[in-house]
Amino acid sequence: MFSHHEPSLPRTQAARTELPARAGLGLKTGHFLEVLGSVPDLGFFEVHAENYMVAGGPFHHFLALIREQYPLSLHGVGLSIGGEGPLDSQHLKRLAELIERYQPQAFSEHLAWSSHGPVFLNDLLPLAYDTPTLNRVCAHIDQVQNTLKRPMLLENPATYLAFEHSTIDEAEFIAEVIRRSGCGLLLDVNNVYVSCINHQRDPLAYLDTLPLHAVGEIHLAGFAEDCDNLGDRLLIDDHGAPIDPVVWDLYRQVLKRIGPVATLIERDNHVPAFNVLMAEAQQAEALLRQAGSGS
Amino acid sequence: MSTQAAFAAALLNVQMPCPDGLCSRNGADPSRRFAVYRNNVQSSLINALADSYPVVVQLVAEPFFRAMAAIFVQRQPPQSPLMSRYGEAFADFIARFEPIASVPYVADVARLEHLRTLAYHAADAQTIRPEQISAALADPQSLSELCFELHPSLHLLDSAFAVVAIWAAHQQEQSMAGIGLDQGQHALVLRNGLDVEVFALEPGASVFIRHLIEGSPLLVAAEKSPPFDLAQTLALLIAHNAITRLNYKKLP
Repeated sequence: MFSHHEPSLPRTQAARTELPARAGLGLKTGHFLEVLGSVPDLGFFEVHAENYMVAGGPFHHFLALIREQYPLSLHGVGLSIGGEGPLDSQHLKRLAELIERYQPQAFSEHLAWSSHGPVFLNDLLPLAYDTPTLNRVCAHIDQVQNTLKRPMLLENPATYLAFEHSTIDEAEFIAEVIRRSGCGLLLDVNNVYVSCINHQRDPLAYLDTLPLHAVGEIHLAGFAEDCDNLGDRLLIDDHGAPIDPVVWDLYRQVLKRIGPVATLIERDNHVPAFNVLMAEAQQAEALLRQAGSGS
Repeated sequence: MSTQAAFAAALLNVQMPCPDGLCSRNGADPSRRFAVYRNNVQSSLINALADSYPVVVQLVAEPFFRAMAAIFVQRQPPQSPLMSRYGEAFADFIARFEPIASVPYVADVARLEHLRTLAYHAADAQTIRPEQISAALADPQSLSELCFELHPSLHLLDSAFAVVAIWAAHQQEQSMAGIGLDQGQHALVLRNGLDVEVFALEPGASVFIRHLIEGSPLLVAAEKSPPFDLAQTLALLIAHNAITRLNYKKLP
């Protein structure tokens, strides 16, 4: 039985995601048994698609059981949508098979590249924001949406440097990709903050440049703090810390603008006990409820 | 060279300078910022190997492992976004890695750990109930044609070292004292339900299972193998749900 809670979203948003407007958690292998044993009150789980591109065994066993009880968000980390070369059609086929098997309520990928030629670099790498990149990214998203026969959500990146030949502002670039391709936005609020601090931009102005009407899911995560050679803050999106208070504030600003939207607590490193993640999910749920009641 | 080609090359080769054409809005040196990406790539790939080869990490100690893995990452970066497949060639690399030549069993422990990963993610298959197997073994008419299909997760490893004992000693932080490191072992790896299991086999039993995998009928496989305890080996395969199909092959 699926625990569906219909999101109270404008139609444009509802069309891009079937996830309930509640908090969700990334599904960690170390938490499989605890999730099945306690069936925590959560809106959805999210998994990295690539982890489940295996023939059989415990990953599929547990995901199938958990999927019976929760909506699912499938999050790709290896498609390399911003890559200079063509998309890996084998990988796209594997994604289509996973989507067929698990019928996720949302599929998302990143505005980034991660493969070059045959080499996979296992990181989300930055793009030069110019017209050739814009055309290429839009063509790749068209190919993904046509192959998967569903709209995808594109996640805004956390970036640490820029390219001299970039001609378009990051938020404007994302807005144009979404306008042209018709994909939705996976708004990573932590990434907004990290990118804005790293490139000395105003997070609220950045948010207001993004097409917030297209948000189908939100990510919240923690960052690590470093500095560059001038001593300026350099924030690193490491998914290894609790969500920072400043990111919670920015999240409130997002909810004020668009109302409640499915929100993932994202933690991939230094994964704490399940109840610690549940506490962050409950914090997000409280804010979602507030936003839903119009207060 | 394209922008991404130069970027990718400098991510993998830590000796290379930061690529041209990068900048930061505050005018800071882009190489410090590029280093964040380089560090992410290097550490995520080394961490992936450390996760897949936990006993190798213990055997050589973490600093040595990370240094060795860094060289492997540079020479043989992943060729697929499926990170569960990364490191297939790591054992062969370790076998040729000169600084570790004095600890020759490490490469085989890596091979065993890789087979465990393969077994963990291998396809699922229904197993045959023990009563059905007993019935087949009890039928003298068809026994000579009886063939077993084995679980897709099942793998064998023949080692000149005590690879199973070394691996097992590191599951519970036991010492390796008392292990005859040079006493070769024949490992059997399989997934039984959700758990990956590792056994040491008699040499003849390992040859026998190899013949079964190649499709030899049970009795032919046993005849072609050096002496071993057939009943015990069959009991092991049955008890650990390794037999997934019974076939009958007409002999010429």
